Amino acid sequence: MTNLIAYIPALPLAGFLLLFFTGRRMSKSMIAFVGAGSVCIAALLTIVIGITFLQSGSSANTQTLWQWMRVGNFSCDISLRLDALSLVFVFIISFVGALIHIYSIAFMRQDEDYARFFASMNLFVFSMLVLVLADNLVLLYLGWEGVGLCSYLLIGFWYKVPANCAAANKAFFITRIGDTAMAIGLFMLFKTLGTLNIADIQQQAATIPNVTTIALLLLMGGMGKSAQVPLQTWLPDAMAGPSPVSALIHAATMVTAGVYLVARMNVLFLLSPAAMNVVAVVGAITLFVAGCSALVQTDIKRILAYSTISQVGYMFLALGCGAWSAAIFHFFTHAFFKALLFLAAGVVIESLHHEHNIFKMGGLKNKMPLLYYTFLAGASALAALPFISAGFYSKDAILWYSWSAGNGNVMLWAVALTGAFITALYSARLVIVVFWGDMKTPIAQQPGKLMTMPLVTLAILSIIAGFVQWPHNLLHVTLFADLVEKVLPATVLKQGIPPELLLQLIAAVVTLGGAYTGYLLYYKSPHIIEQWKTAEPNLNLREFFVKGWRFDELYQTLFVKPFLFITRSNKADVFDKIHQWLVTACSRLNGWLSLSQNGSLRWYIGSMLVGIIFILALQFFL
Amino acid sequence: MILVWMIVILLIGGLLCWLTARANEHAAKWVALVTMLIDAALICGVCFTQRVSSINTWIVDIKTQWIPAYGIGFHLAMDGLSMVMLLLTFFLGTLAVLCSWNEIKQRTGFYYFNLLCTLAGIAGVFVAMDLFLFYFFWEVMLVPMYFLIAIWGDTNRRYAAYKFFIFTQAGGLLMLIAILSLYFIHAAQSGVYSYDYFDLLNTTLQPSAARWIMMGFLVAFVIKLPMVPLHNWLPDAHSEAPTAGSLILAGLLLKTGAYGIMRFVLPLFPQAAEAIAWWAMLLAVIGIVYGAMLAFAQTDIKRLIAYTSVSHMGFVLLGIFSFNAVAMQGVVMQMITHGISTGALFVLAGMLKERLHTRDIESMGGLWSSLPAMGAVGMLFTMASLGLPMLGNFIAEFLVLMGAFTANVPLTVIATFGLVFSAIYSLRFVQKVFLGPSTFQKPLPDFSAREFVMMAALSIAIVWLGVYPQPVLDMVQHAVQAVVTK
Repeated sequence: MTNLIAYIPALPLAGFLLLFFTGRRMSKSMIAFVGAGSVCIAALLTIVIGITFLQSGSSANTQTLWQWMRVGNFSCDISLRLDALSLVFVFIISFVGALIHIYSIAFMRQDEDYARFFASMNLFVFSMLVLVLADNLVLLYLGWEGVGLCSYLLIGFWYKVPANCAAANKAFFITRIGDTAMAIGLFMLFKTLGTLNIADIQQQAATIPNVTTIALLLLMGGMGKSAQVPLQTWLPDAMAGPSPVSALIHAATMVTAGVYLVARMNVLFLLSPAAMNVVAVVGAITLFVAGCSALVQTDIKRILAYSTISQVGYMFLALGCGAWSAAIFHFFTHAFFKALLFLAAGVVIESLHHEHNIFKMGGLKNKMPLLYYTFLAGASALAALPFISAGFYSKDAILWYSWSAGNGNVMLWAVALTGAFITALYSARLVIVVFWGDMKTPIAQQPGKLMTMPLVTLAILSIIAGFVQWPHNLLHVTLFADLVEKVLPATVLKQGIPPELLLQLIAAVVTLGGAYTGYLLYYKSPHIIEQWKTAEPNLNLREFFVKGWRFDELYQTLFVKPFLFITRSNKADVFDKIHQWLVTACSRLNGWLSLSQNGSLRWYIGSMLVGIIFILALQFFL
Repeated sequence: MILVWMIVILLIGGLLCWLTARANEHAAKWVALVTMLIDAALICGVCFTQRVSSINTWIVDIKTQWIPAYGIGFHLAMDGLSMVMLLLTFFLGTLAVLCSWNEIKQRTGFYYFNLLCTLAGIAGVFVAMDLFLFYFFWEVMLVPMYFLIAIWGDTNRRYAAYKFFIFTQAGGLLMLIAILSLYFIHAAQSGVYSYDYFDLLNTTLQPSAARWIMMGFLVAFVIKLPMVPLHNWLPDAHSEAPTAGSLILAGLLLKTGAYGIMRFVLPLFPQAAEAIAWWAMLLAVIGIVYGAMLAFAQTDIKRLIAYTSVSHMGFVLLGIFSFNAVAMQGVVMQMITHGISTGALFVLAGMLKERLHTRDIESMGGLWSSLPAMGAVGMLFTMASLGLPMLGNFIAEFLVLMGAFTANVPLTVIATFGLVFSAIYSLRFVQKVFLGPSTFQKPLPDFSAREFVMMAALSIAIVWLGVYPQPVLDMVQHAVQAVVTK
């Protein structure tokens, strides 16, 4: 089975090439067939390969395709490596990717650039698969930049609107800053170890002297891609892209690339407690900052975007605490429910004449019941409602480990708990405002089967996907942890922690409390909010959250404006002035010397005399 | 003899162009194209018969007396590095002929004569192993290029041509003085008057003499490269030259500077070069960042691309003065991939100008919808220029930076952040030209068959170099090793 691994990324690549070269001459059905078909086959292949891989019991399968470059003492191959961790990611990418592609067949049907859309999506799936299957960091970097390119292309998919292009550029720039830090990390690794092969790095990691710096540089790369504070500002704007793009790239897969990177390089992070702490703190700050912003947004996709940042923050928190498998587990469940929410949001927006503002929606519960129940499944998973949602199983694990795991502490737990409250609150707000109450905008159209099928599938998964891993004091099912801990270190627990059941109860109460608060504020007695809004400081706080804690304005004054000022003022190139000065000096000299050539006989005789006297004087003195 | 033939064919072809154009204006371009194709076929033939991976010696082609009284020989030779540069020369040369096809309507015969002469000079520079002969070819490529800019250029062509000529000539004269000093010192030591590269390699120099002579060479080469602050000829020359001129300037002429440093400066003056390495790397890094910032500010499409060259060639200088194999291989890759990607962007700019009659990016926009194929190719080469993996430039920049990192950490870190700047100017370029609301109402023609062939060749080359660069790396491996071990 090892020699089939390469076909998983090769299929979407073939789809991309076919669409890129012949897409403009294809019919729409043909485009859909190629675009979605390639990813669907890749998904099926993944399942086949995954099952064989699990049955074989081997720890990793490597397939080397060809030698990429070999220079001096550096060499790296185009080589793919499948182990338990990459298998989880490959499964999510291809499977959720396939569902989103199917959804897009109908969603994008009216668009004139149908082929370009599917070509970019296929290229994205290819790059993302390469990212998680790469056996060396250079190939990983290839996938890493590839997904960045596709993200750029798809955010700016409707390129005729300048705002969309601006959002696409912003996403590219900010992630590039992270990528550059990561590249420096790679250079440092190469300088110390002489290799960039992941397996070799893991073996020799103990010999690295400056491991904290390297780990932090890699983390910077992860923070850029995964939209962690302070590099998170691009993701809310990235919602300018079509909804399936937001679902696939900016929720399920690409934004978790940072999580993958940290998990993959876990050996480096484990060697550096400082780096681990930074990961945890970054995650904690992010989940809180983004959660607060999600509370007050009015654009349905921006709410989901901030919630994604916040949920990825949970994953980073878990990684930083040393709860490796819990982080990957949250990635696993999050991919289902957040993709679902984005796809459902896409349906809502389409049905309501491209209305994004949730306060102009409402009353969809009875008109679109199927959509309502699928959205409800996604939202309850996001809120982590106990037992009935997949989100509960993964988030509860993170909450528990944020205190009990080796690197956790009570502060992190408190932040995570606050985050859980906020999450439940904005999830409830979202469901209530969009689906309950009175209808404010008439419905234009109902979604077709191609769109509801992925929604239902993802809704079912959002409920049941959590059952593979239970909290161990409740039921002894640890299928997921067993799988990924073949690759990742097991979570080490501290001593002297309050009993797990107590913390679980607190978490459950807080979650339900958050949901109930949402119900109270947005349904039962909305006047509380009206009253709250009358006070000036409250409004300012709200504005502060709406603007994403004003990070954009900060960067605008700190970086963008100075950069624009410097480049504008030096457009004509200051060095040219220096050379110009040389030219001026020459022509000035020429002017002076021309004075002597004035046609006046007296002047010539006079200067001849001076010359003669000068030469004679020279003779005389020498 | 094959190297001689290559150069002679170019010169004869050039003369034929000039002569046939008197009879028929259209004949010249066909003659030029055939000439280029013959030369391209010759070099490809050599490339395949020589079993490229095993080149570890010089393929000495011809060595005879030219002016025996002064010890001037006619010595052409080729190693892996020269071969790669010749491949690039004839590849881009062919494209240069193709992209002049409809653009040049006046004095076509003389135009193609100059074009082929420049290419002959460039080819000669890459294979001359006698310093006098090298200087001769150095001038041969300069003068016809001056005519190309001054006669067929844009509105401000005179100024640009003068500037180009004076800058390069100033450097050339310094190099001439340096060559002569080296010649006399060598003669004083060995009693043999010779300009031969391999003889001069054995000269032992006082450190102070070595420093001054090296500076003579180096200044000539970094002006060509170009290095900030000696780069000012480049934006003017690139933007005013006809498309083929810009293509050759960016794709090949700049590379002669890098080639000169690798071939002459490092082997002849290893200690002196090492002594100034830090300063050279510093100026390289300044060039990377400064070029990128200026590229961002430009509104003239060709000026913008010209400044990106300044930035990219900074990587070349950085890599050369890191003195290690990884960086040096990266430099060779950068020379090739920059030639292809920037050449492609200039060709694209030429095509846009033919259609829109402007070089101002502020008055473009939304062209992707009317020119989808051109938009896709534009996107491809912009991505190449910002160093996206899968495309050749990434391999080059990655190797340069990784090699340079082992030599100097702080400077390399700054250079790496040049990648962020390159993203900023590249995306601004795409945005202004291809994205946004469409500004042109009348339909524009997308690629013609000729344009399609050119762009396809360039695209295939850049992707191939990004995905499977090993053959090129193997080809230059020994040449690079020889330079580094010095």
